[in-house]
Amino acid sequence: MDFFLTLLLLVAGLALAWRYLGSYMAAVYDGRVSFLGFLERPTYRLLGVDPEREQSWQRYAGALIVYSGVAILLLYGMLRLQGILPGNPAHHGAVAPALSWNTAVSFVTNTNWQNYSGESTMSYLSQMGGLAVQNFVSASVGIAVAICLIRGLVRRESSTIGNFWVDLVRGVYYILLPIALVFAVVFLAEGAIQTMAGPVSVHDALNGVHQVIPRGPFASQEAIKQLGTNGGGSYNANGATPFENPTGLTNFLSVFLILIIPVSLTYTFGKMVGNRRQGMALLAAMTILFGVWLGVATYAESQGNSAVAAAGVSQRASGNMEGKEARFGYSQSTLYNIVSTQTSTGSVDSANDSYTPIGGMMLLTGMMLGEVTPGGVGSGLYTILVFAIIAVFLGGLMVGRTPEYLGKKIQAREVKLAALAALVMPITVLVLTAIATALPAGRAGPLNAGPHGFSEILYAFTSQANNNGSAFAGLNGNTAFYNILGAIAMLAGRFVIIIPVLALAGVLAAKQVVPASAGTFRTDTPLFTGLVIGVIIIIGALTFFPAVSLGPIVEQLIHGRFF
Amino acid sequence: MIIHLRRAVVVSVIFFVLLGLAYPFLITGVGAAFFSHQANGDLVSSGTGYSGSSLVGQHWVGPKWFQGRPDGDNPMATGSQNFGPKSKLLLHFARAEARLLAKEGIKATNELVTGSGSGIDPDISPHSAYVQVAAVARADHLAPAALRHLVATHITGPYWGFLGSSYVNVFSLNRSLARLESSSGRAS
Repeated sequence: MDFFLTLLLLVAGLALAWRYLGSYMAAVYDGRVSFLGFLERPTYRLLGVDPEREQSWQRYAGALIVYSGVAILLLYGMLRLQGILPGNPAHHGAVAPALSWNTAVSFVTNTNWQNYSGESTMSYLSQMGGLAVQNFVSASVGIAVAICLIRGLVRRESSTIGNFWVDLVRGVYYILLPIALVFAVVFLAEGAIQTMAGPVSVHDALNGVHQVIPRGPFASQEAIKQLGTNGGGSYNANGATPFENPTGLTNFLSVFLILIIPVSLTYTFGKMVGNRRQGMALLAAMTILFGVWLGVATYAESQGNSAVAAAGVSQRASGNMEGKEARFGYSQSTLYNIVSTQTSTGSVDSANDSYTPIGGMMLLTGMMLGEVTPGGVGSGLYTILVFAIIAVFLGGLMVGRTPEYLGKKIQAREVKLAALAALVMPITVLVLTAIATALPAGRAGPLNAGPHGFSEILYAFTSQANNNGSAFAGLNGNTAFYNILGAIAMLAGRFVIIIPVLALAGVLAAKQVVPASAGTFRTDTPLFTGLVIGVIIIIGALTFFPAVSLGPIVEQLIHGRFF
Repeated sequence: MIIHLRRAVVVSVIFFVLLGLAYPFLITGVGAAFFSHQANGDLVSSGTGYSGSSLVGQHWVGPKWFQGRPDGDNPMATGSQNFGPKSKLLLHFARAEARLLAKEGIKATNELVTGSGSGIDPDISPHSAYVQVAAVARADHLAPAALRHLVATHITGPYWGFLGSSYVNVFSLNRSLARLESSSGRAS
């Protein structure tokens, strides 16, 4: 009953966000909002950018890549120099080279995979001035790319798709920063930690316990890490740590914050293309898939943990609690982690590694769908639009007509770009997993034995190639091997998809619009929603079923054996 | 390309100042002004220093105290033990915890034999607190009814009646237990 009410509140909140935030975001990127002009105009002046001048897709992509490269280098430098920079009350030394590289790539690609433990590695300056800044900026980059693809679909015979610097700045100033400011204060009031003072030593006379309690400016980081579907945490245990996520309310708000932008962007899309039903058709596909995954995972977790059952302890009504927090319980923990894995967020309020085989499989396969249900900020929308283009192509093949999407003819070039964008992730995941399982350095990673060990490796590359960042955290990823291979997965999963998507935007923007006729395949109907779901499932299932069957499926089917 | 490079560096500096310094310092200011207890880590004073944080679990040994989650309780190394669902290690862990509890006359419950997600979970379910009442009452020479009442007054949540679970904070519960003991000690 509690779970049902939670979902009801979530849906109600998201419906409001969808309508109003969705329409607001369309206004932001159409340049119809200007109340922060006092901040925006000086920024453009310093950058030497004329906000009225737009870029071709090539220049847009060039600016995006150069900016991201510079951001990776600066963040890398900051982590390497941590020991001599200020804002380091716990006196952490420099972050090791391979780990700095992995972390810098991780935060710039909106992955926030953590091969480090925040409380024992990162200074406050690295956290707030390095990692949290990228939480804002990488999110804004993601939304910008999605907006470009929408513009490509809307514009007619246009040679430009927008201005990268303007989109980047507006996303941060008008969308991410105001929302983060409000929610950071709510997290703070609920008990999240926010101080520049260093760790504190405590001694309890009742039980003789001595502890050193790590602290930091983390309520501010929490708000943006969820809102930007980043997920990178201040503490190793991420959203399970009470200092990050102290109450049932913050847990719910985390879920809500993660979902508002990806969900609302479908409204933004509908509004910008002039037909809200187009956005609803995509949102329906996202929601149906999400619902199935949530339902299966929650049921699996309600069944309890087989090791605990074998130890003779009752789990009736409490479900699988290994790796879960008492204040959340199994169902709302599952909700959080399913939301986080299906949005490329990757923050966790419970240990993914300790989910039941089927629960863990839903976390894993949720990412394998390509992070489109509803996916990360921006990346979810642009990836599902790629699937939609593949779907109209398949629809066109079936009826024997040149396919169109929103009046744009989908021809060989567009389909090739879409196919490239759709295939980069599965190829990256499978090839890197194969390499890691073949080499001793890869096989040294897993903590758990048996099929679960393989799942840990598969999960790691699935998560990084999808820019998710969650982990089956038993895997020891802080080795040169995993740091370097993981960074490759994250770069491929981000930029090798973004470039074809921007190319697609450019190619589509240059096209004429053909008027709809009686033979046009409609893309705002339940039939089309079904077709998009079919494409997502077929691509995901065909590529990943063999690998998944070696991990969670085998683990579930083996009865009465422990590894 | 050079112009991209220059802009990339300049925008990084602007974002660093605005998002990396102004934003967190502003929130820290709000915390210091309005929510200083929470912002500083929900610390509980011991007179001379702090005895702990109500958001960080501690290890309570022996039947005199209510037991929490069987975690390492080291806040400098948060995180779960990451045992898979069919892990032998988890099976042995849960069995060992159940045996320890049985020795104190407590029937093991789910959270008392499973590690938490944070590794510092300060809470358990009300059920897990109630099953310990008889053992704690015996060890501390207190009336079970008084302890049951104590547990009942420490039940928190779910938030708004449905967000999250209801739970008992073991850190606070044991502090109240100590107060109860000293007051009943004076009475007898």
